[in-house]
Amino acid sequence: MLYATELMGAKTYDSQGNYVGKIKEFFIEPADQPNRIAHYLLGRGRFQPLVARHDQVASVAPGTMRLNVNERLLAPYEPNEAWLAVQKDLLDQQIIDTSGRKVVRVNDVDLAEQRTNGNVELRVTQVDVGLPGAVRRLFQGVAPQKFIRKMQEQLPPSSIRWEFVNLVEPDPLRRVKLRITHEKLEDLHPADLADIMEELSAAERQGIIASLDEETAAAVLGELDARLTTQIVEKLDPEKAADILEEMAPDAAADLLADLPKETSEELLEEMPGQEAQEVRELLEYDPSTAGGMMNTDFVFVGEGATREEVLKWMREQELNLDQLDTIVLLDKAAQFSGTVPVARLLLADSEQTLSELKMEPLLSLPPDANDKEVFEIFDKYNLRMLTIVDEDSRPMGTITVDDVVSKLLK
Amino acid sequence: MWNRETLAAQWAGWTDRVERVMAVVRPYRHRLALFLAVVGPGLIVSNVDNDAGGIYTYAQSGAKYGNAVLWSLIPMTIALYVSLEMCSRMGAVTGKGLSDLIREEFGFRVTFVLMALILVVNLGNVMAEFTGVFWASEVFGISRFISVPLAGLLVWALVVAGTAKAVERIFLTVCVVYFSYVISAFLAKPEWLIALMHLLPPQLMQHVPGVQRQWIDVPPFNAGYMVILAGLVGTTIAPWQHFYLQAAVVEKRVGPRQYPATRNDVLIGSISCMVIVFFIIVCTSYTLHTSGIRDIDNAGTAALALKPLAGKWATALFALGLLNASLFAASILPLSTSYVVCEAMGFESGIDRKFGEAKIFYALYTALIALGVVFVLFLGRFAQTILLWSQVLNGFLLPVVMIFVLILVNRRDLMGEKVNPKGFNWVAWISTVAMIGLTLIVAYSSIRELLTHPSS
Repeated sequence: MLYATELMGAKTYDSQGNYVGKIKEFFIEPADQPNRIAHYLLGRGRFQPLVARHDQVASVAPGTMRLNVNERLLAPYEPNEAWLAVQKDLLDQQIIDTSGRKVVRVNDVDLAEQRTNGNVELRVTQVDVGLPGAVRRLFQGVAPQKFIRKMQEQLPPSSIRWEFVNLVEPDPLRRVKLRITHEKLEDLHPADLADIMEELSAAERQGIIASLDEETAAAVLGELDARLTTQIVEKLDPEKAADILEEMAPDAAADLLADLPKETSEELLEEMPGQEAQEVRELLEYDPSTAGGMMNTDFVFVGEGATREEVLKWMREQELNLDQLDTIVLLDKAAQFSGTVPVARLLLADSEQTLSELKMEPLLSLPPDANDKEVFEIFDKYNLRMLTIVDEDSRPMGTITVDDVVSKLLK
Repeated sequence: MWNRETLAAQWAGWTDRVERVMAVVRPYRHRLALFLAVVGPGLIVSNVDNDAGGIYTYAQSGAKYGNAVLWSLIPMTIALYVSLEMCSRMGAVTGKGLSDLIREEFGFRVTFVLMALILVVNLGNVMAEFTGVFWASEVFGISRFISVPLAGLLVWALVVAGTAKAVERIFLTVCVVYFSYVISAFLAKPEWLIALMHLLPPQLMQHVPGVQRQWIDVPPFNAGYMVILAGLVGTTIAPWQHFYLQAAVVEKRVGPRQYPATRNDVLIGSISCMVIVFFIIVCTSYTLHTSGIRDIDNAGTAALALKPLAGKWATALFALGLLNASLFAASILPLSTSYVVCEAMGFESGIDRKFGEAKIFYALYTALIALGVVFVLFLGRFAQTILLWSQVLNGFLLPVVMIFVLILVNRRDLMGEKVNPKGFNWVAWISTVAMIGLTLIVAYSSIRELLTHPSS
C-alpha cells in the first residue's frame, strides 16, 4: 500500500536513468477509468512541467519513480478540466461518505500498485480521513520515513473505500467532465441527505440539488432547515424550482414560498401548472400558525356510500400519493364532511361493507382559522393521526397529518 | 375582598388584554424572529472582548493618560468593524468557517501549526479570564478556592448540559450587565462635554474656535503612551474573534439575503463594544487620573481605587462587571477554540453532538477550562505575567490571522463579486499594518518587562 503524501515530491528518472523532475500532482481521468492514476505531473523547477502517462511508469516507491520511456516522449503539461487532481481536488477537501452517510475531510489518499509486464499502475483504493493520514501529512519530509510509518501503526485507522466516496463539485460543467453523478445520494434517505447538505457550503448544496432528480430534490428540500431551503430555491433556475415545487406536498410548497420575497414566489407560481399553483395560492392565504396554514389540500376523499371493493378498485386506478394515503375522508350526498376511515380499518373490512359503517367516532374537524394550540390539543386528546379541516359549509378543504403537528411542535 | 369570582373575572380580563396585545404583535412575530435569528454573533464577539485583560488595559489607560487616549476609540472601532466584517462576509458567501477555508486553501501543515498556536494563545486567554474571576471575587471577599472552581464548573455545565440556543440566549442576556460600567461612570460625575470632545484627535480639537486650551489633554506621544495604545488595540481586536464570528455566521445559515442584517449586527457590536470602553476610560479618568492615581496593579485594584471616590456602589458594580466579563469570555473562548480546532482537523464537533460522537471536541473543551482553573488556583501569583504573555501572543497571532483573512477575502474564485472593494482593502491593509506595528511595540515592551521583572 502506498500513500499519495509519500509519493508527492518523489524524484522521477527516465528509462536511461536520467533525472526528469519531481511528482507534483496525480490526475485521475474519471471518463476513462474511475480509480486509476492516469497522469503524473512532473515539476522541473523553472522548466516547463511534463506529464507522464500511466503506461509510461515502470516502478513507484516512496521517494522515487522510474519511467519506462525516454524523457523526450513525455508530453508537456496542459491543464485539463476533465482530470481530477488528487492534491488540489481531494486532499483537505470535504467529500460525502455515502456508506457512513456523513461529510468528512480527506487527509490522505491510499493507492494500490497493479503490475502488468514492465508497467505499474496506481489505483485509488480508499481515502484516509483519520489520524494516520494526518500524521503523514504533518511529518512527511520533516521526519524520517521509518518514524512516520511506526507512528501511524499505533493510531486507529479510519478510511472510506473509493466506491463510497462522493465528490462535491459546485461547478456544473466540471461536474459533467469529471463524471460526478449523485446517483448514490439519491439512494440515501432524504433526511440523511438533508443532514449531509447542511454541513456543506452554499455553492456545494446548490450543486447537489441541481443534479438530483426533481422527486428526490423535493423530498430533500422538505427535510432541510427552512432558511437553507429558501436560499437554495432563490438561486435555482425558476423553471427547475417550479418543477421541484410541483413535486412537493402543497403545504410544504406553501411554507417554502411564504418565506421567499414576494416577486420570487409570484414568479415561481406563474411557472407552476394551473391547478397546483391554485392549491398553493389558497394555502398561502392562511397564517402559518393556524390550522389552515398547517393543512395539506392534497387528500383522498370518497362518497360514504361506496363499498370497500369499489373504493379499492378506484384507488388502484388513481395515481395517489402514498404518503397521504393513511386516512380517507368521507363525503355525504351533499358533499359535506361526514367522517374519516383509516386505511387500516379498510384493510380488515369485508369487501361489501360500505365506508360509512367503518368511519371513526366521534366526528372531528376544525375550521381553517383555528389556531395551532387547538390543533395540538385535539390531536393529543383523541390520539389522532389525521384531522380534517372544513369550511363554513362543512366541506372538507384539507387535512393535517401527525407529521405536520410534530414538525410544528419542534419549531 | 378577593374571592374566587373576582379573581376569575380579573384573570379573564388579563387574558383578554394579553390576547389583544398578541393580535397586534403576531403579524410582526415572524419578522422579529428572523431578525433575532441573524443578530447575535457580532454583538457577542465584540462584547466578549471587554474581558478581564481588556478591563485592566482600559482602566490602566484611563488612569495613566486620562482623556488623552479617547481619540483612539474611533479609529479602533473602524479597524474592529473592518476586520470582523470581512470574516462575516466570507462566512455568508462561502458557507465555510475560517479554519475550513484555511485548511482547504493552504493545506494540512499550515493549518496544523496555526491551530496549535491558537490553542496555546487561547489557553493563555482562558487563564486570564479565570484570573478575572479571581480578582472580582477578591473584591467581594470570597476565597479563590471557592469562586474559581465554581466558575469553571458553571461555565462547563452551561455548555455541556444546555443546548446551543439556550446558551447563546444566556450570553446575550448577560450582555446587559455591561451597563454597570455606564452606571459606574455616571456615579463618578465626569465632565461629559469635555470627555466627548476628546473623541477627536486632541491636536485638532485645540484649534477649534471656542475650545479653550486647558480643557484639552494632549497625548504625550512617548514610549509609555504607545504601549498603552498597543495594549488597547491588542485587547480589542483578538484573533479568536475572527474564527468565532465566521463559524457563527455559517452556523446561523446566513446567506447573501440575510447578510445585510449580519453586517448591521457586526457594526452594532463594534460600536457598542467601544461605547463600553469609552465609559470605562472616562470612569477611571475622572476618578483616578484627576486625583493623581496614575497606576493600576490589576483590575481588582481599579475597583478598590474607586471606593473612596465614588462610594461603595461603584466598587461593587465594577467588580460585578468584571466578574460578568470574565465569565462571559470564559464560556465562549474554550468553546470556540475547541470548535475551530476540531473543524480544521476534521474531528466531529459542536455542542449539538453527543459526548460519544465528538470525544475530542469535549475533551479539548474540558481540558481548556480545567487548565485555566488549576492555573489560577495554584499559580495565581503569576497572574500578571500570564496576562501580559497572553496579550503578547494574541498580538503576534493577530497579524498572521489578518493576513490569511485578507488573502482569502480577495480571492475571486471563493468570493465572486463579494471580494473586498478597493477602498475597503486599503482600510483593511492600513489597519493590519498599524496593528502589526503596535503589536511589535507591545511585544517588545512586554518581553522587556518580563525579562527585567520575571517574577512580578
